[in-house]
Amino acid sequence: MELILIILLGMLYAAGVYLILRRSMVKLLLGIMLLGGGTNILIFLLGGIVKGKPPVIAEEAKLFQDVFADPIPQALILTAIVISFALTAFAIVLLKRVYALVNSDDLDDLNTPEEEDI
Amino acid sequence: MRSPILQAATKYLLPILLLFSFFLLLRGHYYPGGGFVGGLVASIAFVLHSFANGTESTMKLLKHKPLSLIPIGLGISATSVSLPLLFGLPPMTGLWFDEPIPVIGMIGSSLFFDLGVYLVVIGVVLTILFTIALDNLSDKT
Amino acid sequence: MIDNHILAPVLIHLFSAVLQLIAWRKTVTQRIISILGTFLGTLLAIRLLADVYSKGVLTLNASNWEAPFGIVFVADLLSATLVLLTSIAGLAVSFFSATGVSRQRMLYGYFPIFHFLLMGLNGAFLTGDIFNLYVWFEVIIISSFVLMTLGGRKTQLEGAVKYMAMNILASTFFLTGIGILYGITGSLNMADLSVKIQQVQNQSLVGITACFFILGFGIKSAVFPLYYWLPSSYHTPPSAVAATFGGLLTKVGVYAMIRVFSLIFIPDEFTRNLLMIIAVLTIVIGSMGAVIKTNIRRMFSYLIVCHIGFMIGGIAMFSKIALMGALFYLFHDIMVKTNMFLIAGLIRQLRGTMDMKKLGGLYAQYPLISLVCALVLFSLVGIPPLSGFWPKIYLFQAAFTLDHYAFVAALIIGSFTTLYVIAKMWAEVFWKDSPDDVTVEDKFEPLPMFRKILLVLPICILCLVTLFIGLNAEAIVQLVDKISTQLLDTSPYVEAVLGKTK
Repeated sequence: MELILIILLGMLYAAGVYLILRRSMVKLLLGIMLLGGGTNILIFLLGGIVKGKPPVIAEEAKLFQDVFADPIPQALILTAIVISFALTAFAIVLLKRVYALVNSDDLDDLNTPEEEDI
Repeated sequence: MRSPILQAATKYLLPILLLFSFFLLLRGHYYPGGGFVGGLVASIAFVLHSFANGTESTMKLLKHKPLSLIPIGLGISATSVSLPLLFGLPPMTGLWFDEPIPVIGMIGSSLFFDLGVYLVVIGVVLTILFTIALDNLSDKT
Repeated sequence: MIDNHILAPVLIHLFSAVLQLIAWRKTVTQRIISILGTFLGTLLAIRLLADVYSKGVLTLNASNWEAPFGIVFVADLLSATLVLLTSIAGLAVSFFSATGVSRQRMLYGYFPIFHFLLMGLNGAFLTGDIFNLYVWFEVIIISSFVLMTLGGRKTQLEGAVKYMAMNILASTFFLTGIGILYGITGSLNMADLSVKIQQVQNQSLVGITACFFILGFGIKSAVFPLYYWLPSSYHTPPSAVAATFGGLLTKVGVYAMIRVFSLIFIPDEFTRNLLMIIAVLTIVIGSMGAVIKTNIRRMFSYLIVCHIGFMIGGIAMFSKIALMGALFYLFHDIMVKTNMFLIAGLIRQLRGTMDMKKLGGLYAQYPLISLVCALVLFSLVGIPPLSGFWPKIYLFQAAFTLDHYAFVAALIIGSFTTLYVIAKMWAEVFWKDSPDDVTVEDKFEPLPMFRKILLVLPICILCLVTLFIGLNAEAIVQLVDKISTQLLDTSPYVEAVLGKTK
């Protein structure tokens, strides 16, 4: 299980870095999203994977009796997902506006020269 | 293109999903669930409605702009966060009523925090989706 | 010591933002709430600093979960001072925004977002939990995205794309670092981490994690190879927004770097050398950029980059005197940079442009305003006895004692180019006659007296604070001395958070 996740992680990072190095704005955003996903899996992996032991305590028990999955990485990932959801939503709207104004997907077209400053 | 099957199904799904989202909100303190998930389910109900009947009719259904849910939710959450300060406890400490209430169970300040999150999530998600959807409409015309 | 009120500077901005959201589209109410909120925030921050100064490190266990299991908020002297400076800068910007930001932007929620930004900044300074720091960083960047794009001019959106991409990337690096840190230590509490990180067997893994943090914070604080987003975005938003960004956002990166490298990763030889190289190159590149720009705000953007190098150099040397210099410079820089962007905004109001070629004759027309501006600019350059002068003494002293001659050279280059650039700006903007072929579009003159005061007052407030820092350097040095002692010997911090059991 760990090995599969590690390979997946590497692929996500590689694809993310590759896409970030493109000049297209949409690919840039996709790359950032993939990197974020890779990071989440990294946190998941580093928290240790315990199969079939959710960190939900039984009704009558007061303490965990045996090995269970560490809930903190899951909480971290959940927070990170929520945050990246907000960031991505904002970024999509932003890129849409930029596309409507500049009429280009190329990052190199985003340079208004200094002479046009206020 | 509007699908009559989806429209008919949404009519029944919308209240069920809303009820389910409320169920998730209430059980969220000790079990999987909570304000965020509940809010997402509730907003999905409205998104489904807008898929079936168009964004305009969903906005008509809501009467108010979803944006107005954000300050209400934030206000509830912020109050429940800082309320323990008045009792000399650190912020975010759960304050509980002594007696459980039928159906809902124990009520504490964390439920109000979750309720705030629930409202904020609905407000934010619907605002984002309506902004993107209405942008597309104005692009086409 | 546990004090349940250290979060007050954070909560006050949360409540201001909520009230302003309720008063959606009522811009006058929002302005009043904003000024009141930031004023109250400043008072609370003063109280917090006084408490921390007299009682030592204060902590708060959120929802009564004991450290290291819950989220801790810690106010030591560094955090409390930065919260105070943030609040003062926020107060000034809030005054300035009341007139300096267009009504259109206010209708789209400028003020609530501004308060969320201040809330995020205060939270980032006060938190004692590394993941919570990440969350506050996200609060900061989401609010800053919105502030940067409000208004939707073409240049603004172009700048925002670069700003957004680099900042999300920085957060990803930061998060990766946190993930690995949690993996190797099993804790997120910074005080707990500082204890546990020394027990880790595989110290090279710790070094790699430190590199992730350098990358993440380096992008945020705009150091040499990672700074490109800053000069290409900070000149685009309205000046009130640029003032908050220029004064505070990069400094949060520096703060995080100081915090993480003093508490968790004590810099080893490699990290020190790396930071030193970064610092020297940042100063050189930043000053080179500042020399060639003719637009005031583009020039200021490069000056921000240049002066970040001073602080990074101080962290890189990591001796008591070097940290004193870096911290003093940090405090001075927050005030002066905020004020400089406000001045740029005022010049825009006076002349309708910020291009030095088209400006001129301000001294003849507004001698008093020019005098205030001159004081601020002199402080930035570091003319004794103003505030920019004192930290440089410490930095030079530390660099000479530790034989960092490259940094000495960079400091001299940086200081001289700052002097040159500011002298050029003074001559072009204030002394030179207004060019004949440019029609002046004065938005300031027709304003009613009250609004003129709202524009000039914040600049005067910040100028007074800068003068206070400069002329009362003795007190600041004592403060900075205490802070750097706390940074070098973290046991009071760790004890305050974890209790005295260990």
